[in-house]
Amino acid sequence: MSETTVTPPDAPGDLARRGAAGRASDRIFNGLTLGAGILIFVVLALVTLYLILQSIPAMTAAPDQISTKTSFWTYVAPLVVGTLIASLIALLVSTPVAVGVALFISHYAPARISKGVGYVIDLLAAIPSVVFGAWGFTVFGPGLVPAYRWLNENLGFIPIFGTPSTTGRTLLTASLVLAVMILPIITSQCREIFIQTPALHQEAALALGATKWDMIRASVFPFARNGIVSAIMLGLGRALGETMAVTLVLSRGALTPNLIGVGNNTIPAEIALNFPEAFGMRQSELIAAGLVLFIITFLVNMIARWIVGRYSEFSGAN
Amino acid sequence: MSSTATPTSNQDPRPQRSAGPVNELTAGQLPRWSRPVALAAAIVVSALIVLLIGWSWVGFAVIAALLFLIGYAVWAYVTEGYRHSLDTFWGTLVWLAFFLALVPLVSIIWTVVSVGGPTLIKPGFLVSDMAGVSGLQDAAAVKGTGPLMGGIGHALIGSLLITVAATIISVPIGLLTSIWLVEYSRGGWFTRTTTFLVDVMTGIPSIVAGLFAAGIMLTFFNWANNGVSGGKHIMGITAAIALSVLMIPVVVRTTEEMLRVVPNELREASYALGIRKWRTIFKVVIPTAISGIASGVTLAIARVIGETAPILVTAGVATSINWNLFSGWMMTLPVFIYRQLMNPTAPAAPQPSTDRAWGAALVLIIVVMLLNLIARLVAQRFAPKTSGR
Repeated sequence: MSETTVTPPDAPGDLARRGAAGRASDRIFNGLTLGAGILIFVVLALVTLYLILQSIPAMTAAPDQISTKTSFWTYVAPLVVGTLIASLIALLVSTPVAVGVALFISHYAPARISKGVGYVIDLLAAIPSVVFGAWGFTVFGPGLVPAYRWLNENLGFIPIFGTPSTTGRTLLTASLVLAVMILPIITSQCREIFIQTPALHQEAALALGATKWDMIRASVFPFARNGIVSAIMLGLGRALGETMAVTLVLSRGALTPNLIGVGNNTIPAEIALNFPEAFGMRQSELIAAGLVLFIITFLVNMIARWIVGRYSEFSGAN
Repeated sequence: MSSTATPTSNQDPRPQRSAGPVNELTAGQLPRWSRPVALAAAIVVSALIVLLIGWSWVGFAVIAALLFLIGYAVWAYVTEGYRHSLDTFWGTLVWLAFFLALVPLVSIIWTVVSVGGPTLIKPGFLVSDMAGVSGLQDAAAVKGTGPLMGGIGHALIGSLLITVAATIISVPIGLLTSIWLVEYSRGGWFTRTTTFLVDVMTGIPSIVAGLFAAGIMLTFFNWANNGVSGGKHIMGITAAIALSVLMIPVVVRTTEEMLRVVPNELREASYALGIRKWRTIFKVVIPTAISGIASGVTLAIARVIGETAPILVTAGVATSINWNLFSGWMMTLPVFIYRQLMNPTAPAAPQPSTDRAWGAALVLIIVVMLLNLIARLVAQRFAPKTSGR
């Protein structure tokens, strides 16, 4: 359609002048839209360039210039590990529930309410992250304290259940809040794909005497496998970059294997807490940490897109 | 969906066993009333157990769920066999997953409404700011000798100004980019790169967007003032730039989708009348897709209005109303919630601060929900007619 050219009507004088003006206006508008595209290009290039340029001082600085008196990599490593642990626990908790909810909406809920249920789950996605943080800080964290005490008393021999926190503001709480936050993302992605499962596949399975669960295992899951994986990756991307929930919920400290006590930190929380007061080398450190986060989320998102891309080719054949 | 997949009623979604040689001993199915009966039994037994070991709602719910899950599956195993008990087991798990997902949602909404509601209806909460509110007054409020002072007026104005500025920046850029992608581009390397970059932008962590905006403005002010910016880069418009970085990809994506579904026949009809391409886009393509675009933009606004981290590092925090986007620190609703919780006005008596935070959270949630609702209504009401008139 974009190749369609418009030939102005042959007419002398007035019409010809208007034709020339029209051609110019077309060219101007084309240039405008192209300019917007280029602007996005420039902004992203600037973001990357800026992050890299500002990070170089911290990355090459001598250990005694860094706030922790170690090299930058020693400073950022525990943050990266903390971020990854929080996101992975969130994924582990969230994925089975999210897939279950998606199945509920697509296959189990009575047809009358399944649309409404979808709206309700979307509602969860609409709640701002700071409200999740406030909830984890004031309601969920304190509510988990007895559970943490119980875990420590009964499973205390496992290093991850060390001395319990008395406020409930721990990495495990933060991970669980993250799990709630990424649940609607994974659910809506999975739901879309579950619904697309060809009805013929499902009916064929049922006609062979499969129970509903047999049918789901035989027709829905194989069809949706890539989609589920990419949904999980998108959820991971969100969990990695999530700032406020962790900043509010987590009572920060050094990296420790104890998930139910004080300690651990993530990159976004570190930046949000320290950047407003930071200057000079400290600022550079935080921006470098931001760059590390950017690269990690970039990789995760790219893998997700790649899987989605493969998936769309596959589903196009159906 | 389920109705097309299974030829059974709503109460009993399991497929009927019909074909095959009928074995008198195993052909039996669970009766219709089996599910409510099993559920009731599980609840009663669980209540008894929890009463014996000490009452707690969480323990009661967990034990009831486990009892129902296992008991109902075992019942199915006895009457219907292994395959059907597995079906029952997983079916119950799927239902439980749904109720589990509802727990945090209900808990959050309940907390926000029950704690934030009383604060919200305090006179002046929506219009007054936090200027002059000190720990002394908060301590008095806790003792009951003074009213709950302060409000979210400054945060409301900050949120409004910054979000409007971000919308003004990102909507034209996003709209023009998607028009270029759909109407003008011919699928060359630049198109592919732009699509790729928009994807990358979607994944930028919000805090990184904040870092970028703060950094760019800092560099600019350093350059303009010979290396001494004096913190002048912390202002509303910096936050608006940070939010635009988050908003543009959302606008591009939704608009692109909407423009692509505009039927080509409409464009060709317009060209056939000798209309210029840009006029075709303005008069035919965009009006056809406007409902989708509007709802996409509204959703993008709903997304960025709840952002905290990028604003914290770009606009700072303030206690009084600031109408000027281009000078001075600014408060927004999410940052207000964050500050009230993390740095209570009276550290020894944090209750008033917590109350204010939840009041602000209630306002924020109402705003976001309204925006979502508007988006949905706009998409439905002004959707282009799909059938002839």
